[in-house]
Amino acid sequence: MPLRIGLACVVAYLVAAVLAVVIGRWRAAPAVVYGAIVAISAAGLGSAFFALVSDDLNTRLALPLGLPLTGGALRIDALSAFFLLVVNLGGLAAGVYGIGYGRHERSPLRVLPYIPAYLAGMNFVLMADDAFTFLVAWEFMSLASWILVLADHRREENARAAYIYIVMASAGTLCLLLAFGLLAGPHGGYAFTAMREAAQPPLIAGLVFLLALVGAGSKAGLVPLHIWLPLAHPAAPSHVSALMSGVMTKVAIYGFIRIVFDLVNEPASWMSLIVIAFGGVTAVLGVLYALLQQDIKRLLAYSTVENVGIIFVGLGLAMAFRAHDMAVPAALAMTAALLHVLNHSFFKSLLFFGAGAVVHASGERDMERLGGLIRRMPHTAIVFLIGCAAISALPPLNGFVSEWMTFQAILVGPQLPHWGLKLIVPTVGALLALAAAFAAACFVKLFGTVFLGRARTAAARNAHDVDRFSLAAMYALAALCFLSGVVPGPLIDMLAPVAHALVRARMPEQSGIAWLSIVPIAASRSSYNGLIILSFLICSGVLTATVIHRFATRATRRSAIWDCGYPDPSLVTQYSGSSFVMPIRRVFGAALFDIRETVEMPPPGSAKPARFSLKVFDPAWRFAYGPGTRAIWTAAGKLNRLQFLTIRRYLMLVFAALIVLLIVVAAWR
Amino acid sequence: MTSLQFDIAHLLAGGMLVLSLLLLYQDRILATLNVFALQAIVLSLAVAWQAYVQGAMHLMVTALIALVVKGFVIPAALNRIVYRLGIHREIEQVIGAGPTMLTGLGLIALSILLVMPVNVGVTALAREDLAFALAVILLGLLMMITRRNAVTQIVGFMSLENGLILAATGARGMPLVVEISVAFSILIAFSVFGIFVFRIRERFDTVDLAALDRFRSERSTLQ
Repeated sequence: MPLRIGLACVVAYLVAAVLAVVIGRWRAAPAVVYGAIVAISAAGLGSAFFALVSDDLNTRLALPLGLPLTGGALRIDALSAFFLLVVNLGGLAAGVYGIGYGRHERSPLRVLPYIPAYLAGMNFVLMADDAFTFLVAWEFMSLASWILVLADHRREENARAAYIYIVMASAGTLCLLLAFGLLAGPHGGYAFTAMREAAQPPLIAGLVFLLALVGAGSKAGLVPLHIWLPLAHPAAPSHVSALMSGVMTKVAIYGFIRIVFDLVNEPASWMSLIVIAFGGVTAVLGVLYALLQQDIKRLLAYSTVENVGIIFVGLGLAMAFRAHDMAVPAALAMTAALLHVLNHSFFKSLLFFGAGAVVHASGERDMERLGGLIRRMPHTAIVFLIGCAAISALPPLNGFVSEWMTFQAILVGPQLPHWGLKLIVPTVGALLALAAAFAAACFVKLFGTVFLGRARTAAARNAHDVDRFSLAAMYALAALCFLSGVVPGPLIDMLAPVAHALVRARMPEQSGIAWLSIVPIAASRSSYNGLIILSFLICSGVLTATVIHRFATRATRRSAIWDCGYPDPSLVTQYSGSSFVMPIRRVFGAALFDIRETVEMPPPGSAKPARFSLKVFDPAWRFAYGPGTRAIWTAAGKLNRLQFLTIRRYLMLVFAALIVLLIVVAAWR
Repeated sequence: MTSLQFDIAHLLAGGMLVLSLLLLYQDRILATLNVFALQAIVLSLAVAWQAYVQGAMHLMVTALIALVVKGFVIPAALNRIVYRLGIHREIEQVIGAGPTMLTGLGLIALSILLVMPVNVGVTALAREDLAFALAVILLGLLMMITRRNAVTQIVGFMSLENGLILAATGARGMPLVVEISVAFSILIAFSVFGIFVFRIRERFDTVDLAALDRFRSERSTLQ
């Protein structure tokens, strides 16, 4: 039944896409299309949720399309049901937000048809049960999102972002194609059931793992494959950015889990080592890049890279524990990763919606030109603050729960018998702690620069709060962040069948534990109770407020404001975001980033202003892609001479090729 | 097939191969044309012998075409071209005669190595014929790339084509239509070549292809 509803949802999304092309020019078109998205994704969400709760899973449906001999097939198991939940929840929120936000779209025909198509693609990827259907749906999803990146195609940087995106996406799909080819084996068993039954030799399994890591990792944004992500995600309209960051990266993670945990028979411990290491590096570098950004949406995109890193650390730990038959910690790590998938989709969608509201209200993406918005946009400010607190992993919000569970799994790490893992797991734990601290700094900077202080430009001064639909979507997501942070137990229980299908174990039942605590392994080890923390926060907050209001002096004292030693009262000289991160930039700048700080001092006597300019480059470009690019250019330059050979030399080339082939044939026998 | 029939077929095909080597070695243009004519005549004899042995009379037509067109018409026409172009002088070779001959021997060894192991469902005659034919084809190609003169390149191409016909008649059941169309395509190729040679001469006052290369490289440096 959920499978039929899921298929119906995909068809309905496609119909909505066609409808959007037809009615795109109407004034009511955005409301109609986004309304349709809301209805369809609500249906998809409901069916996925009930499938997960009632265990109505694992039915298979053969499609009349597909490869000859294999055919196409759809199937929903616990894993796909969970990710369907994430995708359709994101779709639902984006739909509600879009009803309000989409009215201001300048060229709706460039956006409206592709959002339902994009959602259809993502839903279809999750239901695919053979390699062909999976890859077709995956490419469909990539292309739809590529068109959305190009929505504002007149801006030079968007065209470049889209170009890099399509190159990276194609390369990733190629890797997945090769991985599936290896899994299918010489007899071409492209159905997932056939791949599961086939026993791969360790070499093939290792190759498949590496290809899946590159293919899905480039879509998810693993460093150094992340370069397209901070360019492409902010280029799309904000609700699409939310879908790309909050949802599509999760579909990529689904692809990785599907191949590595489900289709490859047994993950080896060296594989988990690679995943954990890449996850830790991704988390730290992602958040460091995020810290240095001035563009709100780009900062959020880099923060997505960080969260993907955290999720991959969880997945790597699950692989490690599973490889060493430590079932309960494996279930814990897996549940932590999946819970973070869900949580990240909540707060990242929320933050992108908030960023969209800010950008729409002020027309400004550069946070150094905003400021003081808390007075102009109080509702957006409140929900944005909740999102910032959640993504910074502050209790009692949801980001804390999943990161805490990841740390609980890391703490079990030293019990692993493998020496490499023994070494790397605590290291990555330290990296994650660093990343969490940086994330907090990053969002203090974001919120402080954008919403606090005084408005730096007229655009920020004249901002206004957004419409009711957008606010409703953001408030709903903020409520979800809050709820799943305070009472995470039911969510963890909901994830139990998913974890069980992947690592053959589950976390302890949470629903029976007193006072809604959660217990990762055993009550004697550690436990977390959101309610206690919430009540503590309320009590201490009320107490502090009472004490201050009761005992502090009420006398008003008037004096000049403290000007930090800068007597210039101009608004743009306020403490800015880049001032805030300057210490971190100086500490890590030389080692990790290509930072160019230049100061132009005018000569004495000149009336010209002194200038300070700061340029930050992502070193991944230079280190991971520079050698390849240079090699291709060199090879192309060398091969270019082939264009200008004499006729006789061309004949010689043909002759030599023929002779070499004949010799190969002769030697082959 | 008696052993005598086999030996005669062998002799004729081997004769073609020897003439191919001669072509490769010969550095005067008129002598090259004569050797080419001789090779075509030996080819027609070989084809006629195959027709007699296989009892396939349509191969006689092929032999006749080979004899008339390639044995007399084309060499005569080439002769006329050479006289009209006034190139009786010695022709240059890109690599010397010694290395060319060694390479040619190597190619013959390669083709024998390639074809000899094939013994499933093939008569001994067809197999040996194929080996000789492949060698003739490779030597023709080698001649095309070692010569700079347009006329001798044409000769190399025609000699390559001789090898193709030899291979085709060695196998049983090649239909006549194919033979005739191949012969016609050769004629057309020949006339195209002839026209081009004169156009090249008109334009560059020489049929040395190095002049063409110089012209091309000038253009490419200009670009």
